[in-house]
Amino acid sequence: MGKSLYEKVFDRHVVTRLPSGQYQLLTGLHLIHEVTSPQAFSMLEGRGLGVLMPERTFATVDHIIPTKSQLRPFSDSLAEEMMIALERNVKKHGIRYLSPDTGEQGIVHVIGPEQGLTQPGMTIACGDSHTSTHGAFGAIALGIGTSQVRDVLATQTLAMDKLKVRRIEVTGALRPGVYAKDVTLTIIGKLGVNGGVGYAYEYGGAVIDRMSMEERMTLCNMSIEGGARCGYVNPDETTFRYIEGRKFAPKGDAWGRAVADWTSLRSDADAAYDDVVTLRGEDIEPVVTWGITPGQSVGVTGSIPSSQQFPESERGIVEEAYEYMSLKAGQAIRGTKVDVAFIGSCTNGRLSDFEEVVRLIQGKGFKVKPHVRALVVPGSQAVRRAMIDKGYDKVFSDAGFEFREAGCSMCLAMNPDKLTGREVCASSSNRNFKGRQGSPTGRTLLMSPAMVAAAAIAGEVTDARDLFHIA
Amino acid sequence: MQDVKRIVIKGRAVPVRGNDIDTDRIIPARFLKTVVFDGLGEHSFEDDRAQLKAAGKTHPLDDARFAGARVLLVNRNFGCGASREHAPQALIRWGQGLQAIVGESFAEIFFGNCVATGVPCAVVDAATAEALLSAVEKDPALEVQVDLRTKTVTAGSASYPFSIPDGPRTQFMEGRWDSTAELLAAKDKVRATAAKIPYFNSYGS
Ligand code: SF4
Repeated sequence: MGKSLYEKVFDRHVVTRLPSGQYQLLTGLHLIHEVTSPQAFSMLEGRGLGVLMPERTFATVDHIIPTKSQLRPFSDSLAEEMMIALERNVKKHGIRYLSPDTGEQGIVHVIGPEQGLTQPGMTIACGDSHTSTHGAFGAIALGIGTSQVRDVLATQTLAMDKLKVRRIEVTGALRPGVYAKDVTLTIIGKLGVNGGVGYAYEYGGAVIDRMSMEERMTLCNMSIEGGARCGYVNPDETTFRYIEGRKFAPKGDAWGRAVADWTSLRSDADAAYDDVVTLRGEDIEPVVTWGITPGQSVGVTGSIPSSQQFPESERGIVEEAYEYMSLKAGQAIRGTKVDVAFIGSCTNGRLSDFEEVVRLIQGKGFKVKPHVRALVVPGSQAVRRAMIDKGYDKVFSDAGFEFREAGCSMCLAMNPDKLTGREVCASSSNRNFKGRQGSPTGRTLLMSPAMVAAAAIAGEVTDARDLFHIA
Repeated sequence: MQDVKRIVIKGRAVPVRGNDIDTDRIIPARFLKTVVFDGLGEHSFEDDRAQLKAAGKTHPLDDARFAGARVLLVNRNFGCGASREHAPQALIRWGQGLQAIVGESFAEIFFGNCVATGVPCAVVDAATAEALLSAVEKDPALEVQVDLRTKTVTAGSASYPFSIPDGPRTQFMEGRWDSTAELLAAKDKVRATAAKIPYFNSYGS
């Protein structure tokens, strides 16, 4: 029996077995941001410890940064305080900081790959759930808690259990107007938000093989919403082509050796998996969430399911979702009025996400409905610059979208971008939990960027394939 | 060092019913805007509490009958959603400090964060969870005891088994749940492991 990439990479990074039965796992890349690092640095200092490998740690700021103007000091004094803490910590410990001044700032899961920091075969840790994104490159990428951030800073290692591996095969091809976001929402809908507990997800099959790196990132990003601890795609030519030439990518002779090493880490053809799930690409529809977990979703042509369709144990949260969302069983999801539209986040805030929307709306005279507040928020300063170079900023503003500075923005609203009251937001982000977008009663409908754009233009949930004549 | 043994946790309990209670509900994201964990406690479940209050109802955390609770009783998949350690950090700072959680299941990262924070999460079956929740709702003064030695949770005169993985259980009982000290012990091995991994050595360039 062969081995999966997960096993090969995990085994290579094991330092020792701990008395607790967990493994001490070496971390190749540690990414930090302003929200989950300050307490970790305080704990470190409280014990008189330093950072073991500052050269393997990279910092940025994303969650709290305002997207209207990044000028300092921030008007929100708490946000300013967090910035100052981050600046102080990186300086004190000699950590490289991709700050707004460098032009390299952005959402941590956008800039890691963009800068070539994220590479196949690495173990990557970050105090942020969506670290799973980096698995798109064939890395084991783990979201960790603040105490673990402290551990990685102090020891470059983590205490970890070995996960089981589930291979998720998506066969065939996706139909036009169906995106990576729909694939991941479909997987979560099928396997449930807890379906992945205890697992690493390996994505494969013809659909995944054809995906671009940015699509694979969207897919791996939401592994965590399906309960998996991480998700990955085996590295291939697409992966290597994406990395080559990036700032922190191996150069010269090292490049060839790196590619050889990465190739050797791919799952063996006869690798053993703890579970295998297969989906047909043709069966996947554009998906919209209607509830308060990312698993509560329907195809855009469908209607809100009845609680009777769910196992007894889930009916409570289904009922809760109807009430919170003011939606009824049997009601079509199409036609649900939206107040806000948000395109951005570490799920769908990369250049290709905006490119696709531009392709759909450019030159067609589409306009955002007057009652809708529509935000386009690039995932990084580099994405933003590329958009401006290509004139996308103009396409978006002409159509009535606000074009903003890079950051997490309305994905979680730790910055000034928030829902108010019971507003409904069509969002390209990854979480629709109650209150997630900044208003305790705000409502989130997750969908692909194309579907968000369609909802912004129609003023309600609509099938992007019809509106944009995608065939 | 704050290494403290967690062997028996006892005191009053507070019941918070519902499946899939995510960390955004335990501590809403806006309270993450802080560089220290102090002061988080009072914002535990803030939005849920406010919503119930607005509807003329009382959240168990605001219910004076459960004041001073040490044990939190929950249902299934507690702590799902964002990986923020702020969730257990808030709970241990609520009131007198919640020191153990008993429920049907816990989200994996939340469970890990609880270990790192020194909060044992005891897993019981659905019937036990229901029995505990209703017993405490009926008699808020009931003393609940979570005993890691025997893996039993006792409420008044009734006792129920719970499960907890052996690793964390030993860590709690021996006061070794603080991982940093443990990991620091292998410093030399860390360097040796790194020396064997090609990318740690820039692929030989
Ligand atoms: S974009 Fe959203 S999910 Fe991604 S890192 Fe930022 S807040 Fe987290």
